[in-house]
Amino acid sequence: MLLVVVGLGTAAPVLTHADASAGFWARAVRMISLRDHNTRVVLIGTSLLGMSAGVVGTFMLLRKRALVGDALSHATLPGIALAFMVMTHLGMDGKSLVGLLAGGVITSVAGLACVLLIRRTTRVKDDAALGIVLGVFFGLGVALLGVIQSMRGGNAAGLESFIYGKTASMLTSDAVLIAVAAVGVVLVCALLFKEFALICFDVPYAGSQGWPVLWLDVVLMGLVVIVTVIGLQAVGLILVIALLVTPPAAARFWTDRLDVTVIVAAVIGAASGLVGAGLSAMVPRLPAGAIIVSVATAVFIASLVFGTTRGVLVRVIQHLGLTQRIAEQHLLRAMYESAEASQRGSAVSNDRAVGWSSLIDARSWSQRELRRLIGRARRHGWIVEAPAPSQRTSTDVAAQSANDPGTSDRWFRLTETGLAEASRVIRNHRLWEMYLITHADVAPSHVDRDADQVEHVLGPEMVRSLIELLEVQGRGASVPPSPHVVGVPPALPR
Amino acid sequence: MNKPSAATTTNASAAPVHPRASLAEPAPWPGAPKVATGAEHPEDAPLSIHDMTVAYDRKPVLWDIDYNAPQGKLIGIIGPNGAGKSTLIKAVLGLVPMASGKVSIFGKPYSKQRRLVGYVPQRESVDWDFPVSALDVVAMGLYRRIGWCLPVTRRHRNAAREALDRVGMADYADRQISRLSGGQQQRVFLARALVQDALVYFMDEPFAGVDAATEQAIIALLQELRRGGKTVLVVHHDLQTVETYFDELLLLNMRIVAAGETGEVFTQENLHKTYGGRLTLLDQAAEAMARKGVRR
Repeated sequence: MLLVVVGLGTAAPVLTHADASAGFWARAVRMISLRDHNTRVVLIGTSLLGMSAGVVGTFMLLRKRALVGDALSHATLPGIALAFMVMTHLGMDGKSLVGLLAGGVITSVAGLACVLLIRRTTRVKDDAALGIVLGVFFGLGVALLGVIQSMRGGNAAGLESFIYGKTASMLTSDAVLIAVAAVGVVLVCALLFKEFALICFDVPYAGSQGWPVLWLDVVLMGLVVIVTVIGLQAVGLILVIALLVTPPAAARFWTDRLDVTVIVAAVIGAASGLVGAGLSAMVPRLPAGAIIVSVATAVFIASLVFGTTRGVLVRVIQHLGLTQRIAEQHLLRAMYESAEASQRGSAVSNDRAVGWSSLIDARSWSQRELRRLIGRARRHGWIVEAPAPSQRTSTDVAAQSANDPGTSDRWFRLTETGLAEASRVIRNHRLWEMYLITHADVAPSHVDRDADQVEHVLGPEMVRSLIELLEVQGRGASVPPSPHVVGVPPALPR
Repeated sequence: MNKPSAATTTNASAAPVHPRASLAEPAPWPGAPKVATGAEHPEDAPLSIHDMTVAYDRKPVLWDIDYNAPQGKLIGIIGPNGAGKSTLIKAVLGLVPMASGKVSIFGKPYSKQRRLVGYVPQRESVDWDFPVSALDVVAMGLYRRIGWCLPVTRRHRNAAREALDRVGMADYADRQISRLSGGQQQRVFLARALVQDALVYFMDEPFAGVDAATEQAIIALLQELRRGGKTVLVVHHDLQTVETYFDELLLLNMRIVAAGETGEVFTQENLHKTYGGRLTLLDQAAEAMARKGVRR
């Protein structure tokens, strides 16, 4: 959406002379320069609406009442129709917004009362009760609109715009009404922030502490009704629920804190209202509600992917990072065990070189994978290239030359830090193996692969309890001997 | 043992004219006070339940409960699934309506004594995906004290941090609660009750699904509370640990099977009555009442 604004902004100076043609760009320029009083009014109104919807929506979503909000918004339609009929009958202006919205509030609350009544007196489940109320009230509203159409004298044109929303007809007084209501709603939420948080999180505890859970719920749903009703004109009653639900749902991908969630949801809601209403002002016949909701949805999808806390991308990156770390630790372990095998008896030191061939045999990694891993480990400063050992009698060397002369006769050794890291990994691995053998009755020949998964996730606390449990005495950071035969690569098909 | 604790003043301020405000003194009292146990003066016991019956959808789940909890004890509430253990606590705290009966906390209705009561709900009763940190949850225990519409301040956060420290969770204060293990979540709940500095605690299965380390930490904490003269009622499942954990027991299966000191009531016979010999007639009567109620 930023792109749109920027794009239009740069286009502005070029096209100002084309004002008279009243094309898309001309309208866009007028819109962005806010020259038009009516445009200003609409944009302010819809932004504030979006903001309040984001704030209230966050609590509604966390209270798991999204469906209730949907039923409430649909239940406004008969109220609007009835209000129009009553006002026309009394000789008043049938389209006075305040009057229509008041009617909407009344039937909306009546709808909520019906839900509660059904829930309390019958065995009908919650979702069914909501569905019934939503359908019946909306159907009634549509029927009443039909009646109004056939009424003589009543100028009903425009009432159906409450279904899909239409910002073009918004007057300054309407925008003021929306602004006041929206600011009021946000204020109430700010005051009752911790009370709402409590009933959203833990109703039994709130009740035990003497908080009037029922009344707080009533206030929260009352705020939802207010936002719904002021959103009728801009977004329409079918889509207003999306404006309540989408911004908070999007905000959740960016943060794990409630106050931040509320603020982010408010910003997303306001931006959606602003951009959506602006776009619909530029393109005639584009229903504002649908555009506003589409913008909010676009933000939601972007948040889903790029969200810094729970976004898909972050998770993928974290997962890749973990996979990489595990692979690196496997390499270190292979280096260590290989060195250990060749200098049996003495403690493993970092002057022992390990050949490429013994590394490639240690695990089922391909030449390319191993090359990459070694590259990374060298960048970490864990291993360095070493000269080949002089006495070419060891089995290592024989294997090396037999295996693949092309992969160069490369030898590596652990650095000081590499050895420390390898020791830590090996120690975790072996502690876990010993635990499996002694406490979980796993056969020694099976523990290696089980421990493989666990060694990377053992925290210091778990390691401490393992040491305690296994009574590995006085070894400090040293590495216990392997409880099974090391160095024999598992017979895996390669 | 004798020092006037903060808890005492809390009680006194909540019931300024109450003649037995000294009840909140840590037990056992060296001076052998007149009020020895709740049984003798039930109206002043930390918890006194008289003739309580609770029904869900007109189906009774607790019948004629009469119980007086003694002061300064760890009290285990045990019984099979569906025995009404959680319901008992919830009815006492006014979370489910009673069909009949009367509950008092230190001689007064619970609604007037909320400050003296800490509640630890079942861990599964909330959505741990909620966007708050461990510290935020603990601070909820102070909301009542903070009062309507006022924000949580640094002072409250410090108090919450202290409570987290008491359960060994100081390092996790800022972590979002879904990133805690089950045992850690349970400790957060415990800290939230602790921060209230109550006199009576109700805990609904605090040992359910926690690791051994957490179980030890919790039991150590319960004993610390008892040393401070607090009364703790714990819904518990594991019969193996009952004898080591609790001073008193309440054996429950829709009615009270037995109540009293663990050594006396934790007998084969009582356990058989609680778990084995299901009172089928009571069940059937409840079912019948439920059916009748629906037909109306």
